[in-house]
Amino acid sequence: MLAYLIRRILYAVPILIGVNLLTFALFFVVNTPDDMARMQLGIKRVTPEAIEKWKQQRGYDKPLLINSAAGGTDKLTDTIFWQKSASMFVFDFGYSDDGRSIGREIAKRMGPSLAIALPTFLIGLIVYVSFALLMTMFRATALDMAGVALCVLLMSISGLFYIIGGQFVVSKLWHLVPISGYAGGADSFKFVVLPILIGVAGSIGSSSRWYRTIFLEEIGKDYVRTARAKGLSELRVLFTHVLKNAMIPILTGVVVVIPLLFMGSLLTESFFGIPGLGSYTIDAINAQDFSVVRAMVFLGSVLYIVGLILTDISYTVVDPRVRLQ
Amino acid sequence: MNFIPFILWSDALVFLLLAAGGVAAWYVRRREHLLLPWRRVARSGVAMVSLLVLSLFLLVGFLDTLHYRSALPQTNGSGKVYSPEVLSVFDSLVGPLRTHTEKTYSEPFALVLYAKESISDAQGNIVRDYPRLQYGGAHLSDASRRDADVVKRALVGGGLGLLVGLLSFYLTHGTLRCTSGCDRGVFIATLILTTFIGAIANLAIVYHVLGTDKVGQDVLYLSLKSIRTGLIIGTVTTLVTLPLALFLGVAAGYFRGWVDDIIQYIYTVLSSIPSVLLIAAMVLMMQLFIDKHADWFDLAALRADARLVVLCLILGLTSWTGLCRLLRGETLKLREMEYIQAAQSFGVSSLRILTRHIMPNVMHIILIALVMDFSALVLAEAVLSYVGVGVDPSMISFGTMINAARLEMGREPMVWWALAAAFGFMLVLVLAANLFADAVRDAFDPRLNGTESKA
Amino acid sequence: MNLLKVDNLVTRLRNGAAIVDGVSFEIAAGETFALLGESGCGKSMTALSLMRLLPDGVANAGGAVQMDGAALFDLPEHDMREVRGGKMAMIFQEPGLSLNPVMTVGAQIAEVLALHQDIKGMQTNQRCIELLAQVGIPDAARRVHEYPFQLSGGMKQRVMIAMALAGSPKLLIADEPTTALDVTIQAQVLRLLRDTQDKLGMAMLLITHDLGVVAENAHRVGVMYAGQIVEQASREQLFSRPLHPYTQKLFAALPDAARSGQPLSAIPGSVPPLGSIPQGCRFAPRCDQAWALCREQTPKWTTVDGRGVRCHLYNSAESRVLRTESLSRHSALSTRDSALGTRYSALLQVEDLQVHFPIRKGLLQRVVGQVKAVDGVSLSLPQGRTLALVGESGCGKTTLGKALLQLIPPSAGSVRFAGNELIGTKSSRSAMQMVFQDPYASLNPKMRVAEILEEGMTALNIGADSETRQAHIDGLLDKVGLARDSKWRYPHEFSGGQRQRIAIARALAVSPQLLICDEPTSALDVSVQAQILNLLKALQRELGLSYLFITHNLAVVEYLAHEVCVMYLGRIVERGMTEEVLRSPKHPYTQALLSAVPRIDGAGREYVKLEGDMPSPANPPSGCHFAPRCPKRMAECTAYPVEAEISATHVVRCHLYDRRD
Repeated sequence: MLAYLIRRILYAVPILIGVNLLTFALFFVVNTPDDMARMQLGIKRVTPEAIEKWKQQRGYDKPLLINSAAGGTDKLTDTIFWQKSASMFVFDFGYSDDGRSIGREIAKRMGPSLAIALPTFLIGLIVYVSFALLMTMFRATALDMAGVALCVLLMSISGLFYIIGGQFVVSKLWHLVPISGYAGGADSFKFVVLPILIGVAGSIGSSSRWYRTIFLEEIGKDYVRTARAKGLSELRVLFTHVLKNAMIPILTGVVVVIPLLFMGSLLTESFFGIPGLGSYTIDAINAQDFSVVRAMVFLGSVLYIVGLILTDISYTVVDPRVRLQ
Repeated sequence: MNFIPFILWSDALVFLLLAAGGVAAWYVRRREHLLLPWRRVARSGVAMVSLLVLSLFLLVGFLDTLHYRSALPQTNGSGKVYSPEVLSVFDSLVGPLRTHTEKTYSEPFALVLYAKESISDAQGNIVRDYPRLQYGGAHLSDASRRDADVVKRALVGGGLGLLVGLLSFYLTHGTLRCTSGCDRGVFIATLILTTFIGAIANLAIVYHVLGTDKVGQDVLYLSLKSIRTGLIIGTVTTLVTLPLALFLGVAAGYFRGWVDDIIQYIYTVLSSIPSVLLIAAMVLMMQLFIDKHADWFDLAALRADARLVVLCLILGLTSWTGLCRLLRGETLKLREMEYIQAAQSFGVSSLRILTRHIMPNVMHIILIALVMDFSALVLAEAVLSYVGVGVDPSMISFGTMINAARLEMGREPMVWWALAAAFGFMLVLVLAANLFADAVRDAFDPRLNGTESKA
Repeated sequence: MNLLKVDNLVTRLRNGAAIVDGVSFEIAAGETFALLGESGCGKSMTALSLMRLLPDGVANAGGAVQMDGAALFDLPEHDMREVRGGKMAMIFQEPGLSLNPVMTVGAQIAEVLALHQDIKGMQTNQRCIELLAQVGIPDAARRVHEYPFQLSGGMKQRVMIAMALAGSPKLLIADEPTTALDVTIQAQVLRLLRDTQDKLGMAMLLITHDLGVVAENAHRVGVMYAGQIVEQASREQLFSRPLHPYTQKLFAALPDAARSGQPLSAIPGSVPPLGSIPQGCRFAPRCDQAWALCREQTPKWTTVDGRGVRCHLYNSAESRVLRTESLSRHSALSTRDSALGTRYSALLQVEDLQVHFPIRKGLLQRVVGQVKAVDGVSLSLPQGRTLALVGESGCGKTTLGKALLQLIPPSAGSVRFAGNELIGTKSSRSAMQMVFQDPYASLNPKMRVAEILEEGMTALNIGADSETRQAHIDGLLDKVGLARDSKWRYPHEFSGGQRQRIAIARALAVSPQLLICDEPTSALDVSVQAQILNLLKALQRELGLSYLFITHNLAVVEYLAHEVCVMYLGRIVERGMTEEVLRSPKHPYTQALLSAVPRIDGAGREYVKLEGDMPSPANPPSGCHFAPRCPKRMAECTAYPVEAEISATHVVRCHLYDRRD
């Protein structure tokens, strides 16, 4: 089993190299640093000198892959690829266009992001699974049908609507919480409660329906019939037998997103003015700050791969077939 | 001729899709076993009502895809010059909606603008008041008669719509009784829809049924124009997704070994990047590329359209991995099937096994995935446009509508109608698509059919 | 006073079709009542109705069930739960799927103990171990903490039985308890059930399609057809003289050596779909004794000599005189195979064929061993003859068949066909073809019959043009007994038996000389199996085909094969003419295999009990693979025995016979 895990971790390395090469190609090969400079500086101020200066300030004036002018290892290291792309492997993200250290910014913003994302994830999981269990318990009745219909309706509504509608009703009409903003410490509660609620409500339709499908699939299996034939009550069957087995497909989808919680939610954070990584990303996209976007792409895939490895580990917890073989 | 047809890139892709759909329909029609699941879909009332609604949207989208440029009035005998403005058949059909532009915001059915202005009254005095709209309700001399007029017009229009509905039913069925072979739900839904459309159409001639936006454009017109954008995002994307996922997924599953390793590597790399970020990065780069080559696009419409097509391309490039993984798994299962081994024992070539045995047997997965993806893509467009990596800001879409209206949230009283219209249209479109997708999945998924027939 | 009394039970689908239609029977304490019937006749639904465990979409629609004085259908759900697992326990067909994969065996048994025996805490583990030991699981104290996936199929079914016994039930419902198991394991499990029943005096409702299982286990039998019990009798009565034409046909359709010279009496057609016969006898369309009345009027339940039958033959006065026709069995042994001992020239000659799969392990996925699926097999098959390859699942017989066709690359050895070496070449694709086990998986659902049949011809360039090929297809359909216009239809429009005919036609399309038939009838009902066996026999006569017949069903071997090879764990342990091997088996494994087959004549051989399960081919015992389970093992068995000749045609690999003194 350990060998299996080590193999999974080793497999992550070529994936990350692939991600790195892909982002490098996307950001430096499709368009040259000159193009970036021209766009950043605006049409009016474009002079060759300005472009050179812009590139020099940011270290984009080096050759892409091989610096034939330099000697020794500098041939490889004194290049854009080495300094901008390969350096991300040691989480050296460089500086954003406004001159701040991206690494430090990320560290600072992870807290607020987590303050929203983690409760949303946990409360959401409980709500969705409970709702799905409820529908499963009353399967093929009017209650179940109504539940599914509600799910389809809810998942047909744009995510933007939940945010805009929620802000309008809760903050603007009822004045219960501030529309947006964030504060640390105990004050944070009134700022995070609405984003969390909206985050939970936003995917109640699709998630509950997905869990319901999983439960229904499990409940049709032969071992459930055996459990009933023992004389177990339907509730016991559902909670001890079905839930335990359904954990395997549920974990596949759930564990992988846990590390990504650090990245925050783009929409929620930007609407509610939460100074997290999500709004950082959105701001960077709007300001066309490529170094930040590049850093976030790489960070995101690192976290995703960590999620994949965590998923593998979680299987060993719930599935004896993986644990013992 | 005082116009020439004009085909944008996205139009061409839509025509390609339609042609493919037509060929597929013709192929399926002649094969009873392929028709069978569609008959199951047709038996579901919900599915048929959704399809009815969807086809209305599709019709609007299609009419809006037939583009043309009209000729400018000729000057001093030189050759014909065509307007740089690219219009669609839809634009010309709803002429007044497009051209009746007010100064700025106005509420639905309003007779006056949303903001007070200094106007001179009959006596020449300057007063600050809400000025009358130029077009909305301009036929009314007395503002107090508006409500009665709205009701009257709605009733007349609705009545006409109902008649059209009944007439079309009579023409197709030869009777007005909904008996065997007629779904009561579909019948009623048709009548409700024609009545509703009739009423709205009759009102829209003289009122701004959904109000106007900041620059005074009719919101109903904007919403209807957004449909095409949503549909294109939802459908053209599959032109990229489908071949990638199909060929790579099936090849990985069938050949296994190093082919499988490489394909798995590619899709793990792509899916490991959070999709919004990947899309954002790609769109930013493509935008830069388009800007750099601005001279390639001599018309504004062409530039916006290029961005739309590129967006579809990017969405396709980032979203094929899920389907690919599904198809790979299914192919792994299929290749162990005995009929594949029977073919192998005849020495049938791999290519033939892939095209004759494997691909036809994964088609249901593809179809289910495509209809399921459609609504997700329509919703994604709005989010991406909000993030700033969606369609061109000059292109009318649900996303740009919401984005523009959102900024006015803080106004008192609130400008709610543009938001409501965009969300409402999206909800109807996506809900209909979701319900239809569900029916398709139920009819095509062999697992679900298995449990049904057993029960 | 009977323990269980089922009266006029009706179970319907949501759409109204009756799956179980007026079934009545009684079971006394200590008695085994068997419900016998082919797939889809409603026997499992009857059992689930009794437990009130019908799947969604199926509902009880009438009748009454009395169990131990309680009317089960009137009990509230809460009280019914006391009955389930307490008074009435059930075991199922697929032990692999019927146990919860993520709970230990002990925990699953403990649930029953806590619920029905009020055993909790410390005692639980002790009682679980006792129960596991009682059902013959070795090393029970360790097994109690294991998960189902760590147990073999037979062990899992034993655990299911232990779980059922945990509630001390008065009635055990066994729904096809051994269908998914190999024949030697089946014998173990059936013996366990009989012993347990004797010891505990519980009643048993045994649901099965296998006449042999009924003959060895049941006291009384109900024969079901299309949702009804058509005949009910004691075992002795039924087996000495079946009354209902359906039952008679079932007996007549069973293949065995006595009938190998003549075609089997197959039942034409297949079981009618639910609700398709609203009136009249449901068997009438397939019955050769039916007359007009059978189609108009549903026959009433008639009691004759203490047994019941639902057939018009017996309820009118004139037909009361029981027809004396009994199932006399002509001995056909003498007529068959007069050419015994004649040398045939070998069409297929296999020498020392090996198929190994590498086992990869560890960080770098190094090859750490080989699964020796086929481990040095030699055999030869003459023109126009049938060679049966017999063995239990996992013995490598299917792998061997596929390796011959090079669907799986062999690791070593030689395969010569009509004198030409095949390995490494693809020349004789057309000379050898395969008929697969599952007729539902072996035809592409998206291709018409004509396309399916034409595919091989196109691939091998047979037939000059499309017209010749179409004519050839028509001929093929005639040959396998399908209408010519069926070539424009799709596989889903055919029944299992018809599909198997299409599969045979597909193989014949390229005019092969040898057909490898991989369990071609094991997915089919007995009555349909007879049709296919008849067809295969007729084709052999007509076309001079050779068959390599892979099967686990010894009755089919007796009926069809000229020669037999018995396989165990990748090796052939005994081969010879069918009579030699089946009448006087020499290898202890062959003896055990033969003794494990339940026989309908009740004249069972002396039962040779086999210990445990077949070991994994990844880690086979050294020397004779069978030695660890062999009742006659000796010191020499650690060495691989050489072939010992019993006769010119009969060879066995066992140290018992290699002493040449």
